[in-house]
Amino acid sequence: MAQDAASVLHQRANAATCANCHGSEGRAVPGSTVPSIAGLPRDYMVAQMKAFKDGSRPATVMHQLTKGLTDQQIESMANYFAAQKR
Amino acid sequence: MQRRRLLQTGLALGSLSALAGCATLTSQAPAKAQVVVIGGGYGGATAAKYVRMLSNYKISVVLVEPENTFISCPMSNLVLGGSKTMAQITTPYKALSSKHGVTLVHDLVTVIDPVKKTLRLKNGPTIGYDKLIVSPGVDMHFDSIEGLQAAHASGQILQAWKAGAETMALRQQLEAMPDGGVYALTVPETPYKCPPGPYERASQVAHYFKQVKPKSKVLVLDANPDITSKPALFKKFWSDNYKDIIEFRPNHKVVAVDAKTNSLKFDVQESIRADVLNVLPAMRAGSIAMQTGLATVNNRWCGIHYQTFESLAAKDIHVLGDATLAAPAMPKSGHMANSHGKVAAAAVVAQLSDLAINPSPLLTNTCYSFVSDKLVIHVASVHQYNADEKTFKTVPGSGGLSIEPNALEGTYAWNWAQNIWADTLL
Repeated sequence: MAQDAASVLHQRANAATCANCHGSEGRAVPGSTVPSIAGLPRDYMVAQMKAFKDGSRPATVMHQLTKGLTDQQIESMANYFAAQKR
Repeated sequence: MQRRRLLQTGLALGSLSALAGCATLTSQAPAKAQVVVIGGGYGGATAAKYVRMLSNYKISVVLVEPENTFISCPMSNLVLGGSKTMAQITTPYKALSSKHGVTLVHDLVTVIDPVKKTLRLKNGPTIGYDKLIVSPGVDMHFDSIEGLQAAHASGQILQAWKAGAETMALRQQLEAMPDGGVYALTVPETPYKCPPGPYERASQVAHYFKQVKPKSKVLVLDANPDITSKPALFKKFWSDNYKDIIEFRPNHKVVAVDAKTNSLKFDVQESIRADVLNVLPAMRAGSIAMQTGLATVNNRWCGIHYQTFESLAAKDIHVLGDATLAAPAMPKSGHMANSHGKVAAAAVVAQLSDLAINPSPLLTNTCYSFVSDKLVIHVASVHQYNADEKTFKTVPGSGGLSIEPNALEGTYAWNWAQNIWADTLL
């Protein structure tokens, strides 16, 4: 039980690194050209982040950031944001 | 009316401790909070909000910050360039209280007692804490340059490196300067707050001069051997767009200012006179960190355990933001301070809740610089905690720069600002 609570906390904290640009809990401010990611489908987010990482989806900055993440971190972030209210 | 709304917010958040969170008068500051945060910049405000969020609004938080509104340093160069106003870079603190149940205390901390775990307010009572988060930013070391303390105090030679009244005052100096005048900006040796900031500022002032007073000059006098951030991108843009306006001179270390002649003296080169002087002195951890003995490195920066941001000098005191000793390749930036705030908040929540500390915390940084009113360049990095070396290290192959200045990133940069302000304060 305590282990679960710790894992949830660590997952939230690491996913919060996305919030600087994509908004707290993945909800960007209204009208933002940097998109909200809260509530997006988990598999879609994993596929997009991996496409940024391998260069198949062009980007201004996301290709550089995703190259710093492990596949496990990408999946953990996608799981977190998929579970957030839009 | 307002009190009732706040009470309802507190109840809606499911937290009785939030009930204590309405007081903004320092005389009403609580005698004790589980977490007290000093400093409402990108680091401290983020930490205050995220301790509340990550504890599911169970841990009480007091934020001590003298100002009523947050004025962003990132984007403040656009006010100097004339494309944004002060109002556009200003956000009130009140949502931290009304939405997140942080108790805002608008005051200054005069003394921290790390043994008794208390702090004293300038205009209010003593507050006890279980965990203290110190995010004081940097202080300008005016005494490192002869004559600067007085010339700054009189309003003649500004820094405007902390956004606020000085930002507007410097803008007014630039507006009052006749066409054909010289604006001189001096850059201190690294490390200082916001590595690309001086070069963005030079670009913004040049952009303004080019439109309104094209015979004027921007003289960048840098104590470092080269531009310290995004050098190739800045130089290319300057040479293509501000060739007759910006002049960059490396290895120019200011040792004194002469207010009578409005000139700069250097350790090696001849003195230089200019119409507007903008002198950035050496910087160090904010004074409350210095006086509490937290600045363990060269009596200047605060050494920390990077996994938790807990001070090397005092248990249960965490230090974040520009005041910390940076891990390798870690910039002193607002984005980085916001990232620090989240790692520290998670560590504090774990410690107060008897949970394991995150074994692999993560930091990111994205730093946009406007080279004109619309075109932007960035530098980005990802910093993973390395448990063996007990520090953050950038991931090989990650991060990088813009290919060239572009308007798409200009849009992203302004949206980055809106989102990070909301993430920090709303």
